[in-house]
Amino acid sequence: MNSFVDLLISLPELFLVLTAMGMMVAGVYTSAGKAYTLISNAAVLSLFGAIGLVLFAKTGTTLAFNDLFINDGFAQYIKIILLLAAALVILIGDRAVRKIKIAHFEYPILIIFATIGMMLMVSANDLMSLYVGLELQSLALYVVAALNRDSLRSSEAGLKYFVLGALSSGMLLYGCSLIYGYAGTTSFTGLETAVAGASNISLGLLTGLVFLIVGLAFKVAAVPFHMWTPDVYEGAPTPVTAFFAAAPKVASMALFVRITMGPFQGMADQWQQIIIVLSILSMVLAALAAISQTNIKRLMAYSSIGHAGYALIGLGAGTKQGTTAILIYLAIYIVMVIGTFACILCMKRKGNSVEQINDLAGLGKSHPAIAAALLLFMFSMAGIPPLAGFFGKLYIFLAAIEAELYSLAVIGVLSSVVGSFYYLRIVKVMYFDNLSDELDSVTGKRISVIISLCALTILLFFLSPSLLVDSASTAASVLFEK
Amino acid sequence: MTDLLKEYVPIVIFLAIATGMAAAMLLASYIVARQKPDSEKLSAYECGFEAFDDARSQFDVRFYLVAILFIIFDLEVAFLFPWAVALGDIGVFGFWSMILFLGILTVGFIYEWRKGALEWE
Repeated sequence: MNSFVDLLISLPELFLVLTAMGMMVAGVYTSAGKAYTLISNAAVLSLFGAIGLVLFAKTGTTLAFNDLFINDGFAQYIKIILLLAAALVILIGDRAVRKIKIAHFEYPILIIFATIGMMLMVSANDLMSLYVGLELQSLALYVVAALNRDSLRSSEAGLKYFVLGALSSGMLLYGCSLIYGYAGTTSFTGLETAVAGASNISLGLLTGLVFLIVGLAFKVAAVPFHMWTPDVYEGAPTPVTAFFAAAPKVASMALFVRITMGPFQGMADQWQQIIIVLSILSMVLAALAAISQTNIKRLMAYSSIGHAGYALIGLGAGTKQGTTAILIYLAIYIVMVIGTFACILCMKRKGNSVEQINDLAGLGKSHPAIAAALLLFMFSMAGIPPLAGFFGKLYIFLAAIEAELYSLAVIGVLSSVVGSFYYLRIVKVMYFDNLSDELDSVTGKRISVIISLCALTILLFFLSPSLLVDSASTAASVLFEK
Repeated sequence: MTDLLKEYVPIVIFLAIATGMAAAMLLASYIVARQKPDSEKLSAYECGFEAFDDARSQFDVRFYLVAILFIIFDLEVAFLFPWAVALGDIGVFGFWSMILFLGILTVGFIYEWRKGALEWE
């Protein structure tokens, strides 16, 4: 039974689909008061179950469903990051979700559906399955962005995300159709031979690739396609923003890598220029625009734009080392983002969430533990050694220098210096500004555990970076051994 | 050229029959049925709205919900037709693929039913 083998190859996805549908039915048959607790616990368990299935799946590259679906070390690496991010986001958002009264049991289920979409994206081996995965992810994300439908800003965020997401999907599809028209196939394997075999690349194919890159740049929020990010991040409920900053970013970046390093590797000299421009613009604009932000969620939006820029440096290098650096960077980024958002979710005054940077004033005296954790995350994002964020940037810049992209590396370092201003400003507000109204003390065991775990990972990463670096380089090498 | 045109003959016949049947039904209702028009009967009816009105008016969001739920099952039927015709060729794999699809739709159906999306009030 060939189709049975196909099913086994996509076992983690299938498992999640089945459990998510089971939860949907279980949710409507449970009384409204208990449904959220039951379903969110089940969702976290099934996400961890899926991590287990990914970990114990057969290694090596396998194709399934008429080569629409690929499972390889690269996809597995990204899938573990995605699943972990989704599970942690559900855990850290638990109290906040209840507080702002969006504790519908649909929320964890939608997170799972979005995660399934992302897993399909990184396992896509065809433009068609790529698009289906991307849309599954996006549709679920549009709904979670507008989950707090009584809030004007949340609805606005959902609508804005939907309209711009639809626009970017349109561009991506237009690119796909041009690529299909000029290469005659939608399969990545077919495209790779078509691109490698062509003596000169047709203009149509190149135009298609440009549109595809534009669509993907929207999804990773690279400048100049970033306009939606600050508004959506600010408007969406904070637990949802944490998810937006973490998982979809990683999935889209992985898809970016899969497409450019896979089928279009033969056109590297063409797309490299575009990626380099996107990368420089993202880093510089994010560093400058974040300086004047007063809302911490908006600040994190610009920070995530900047991080997309740094990750794109690795892609611009177009080498195996660059890809490894991206994979390391993404893993570290996820830990920093989840940790930071867990701290933001703890920012409450008299039970209500606050999200202005000034609200953090005096946190160092009133809540030394959480201030120390936030300090670690901010230092790490700014790239201060010996924290993990420094190593993420180090590998990226090393890859750029190895690929002789000296100016790109220099601009990256300079914008990282400018960027460290706004990270350090948060630290300054926490430790040197006078105490305003004291924030509530942190409640919830899970969130404290997750914050400490993230902080420890960031702090102790330098002890054995090889743990991550080795698996990242194994994952990256899959794309290059052909 | 004539060969090409010949291939379109069935379409012409189809069009002729379709036009003929539509005309016959309209005419028959004019000739046979009793006609007692009043203003209510003559006004166009469309989902309870005035047919010609300002489009920028508020309307109940429930229409939107019904339309979405309708589309799901509309598509399901649209898929079932070609599947039923081709079932002999696609075999067991095709059969179970569709059953799986229907199963997923059923999960959605259970969800919307229990959520009360099918009730107007």
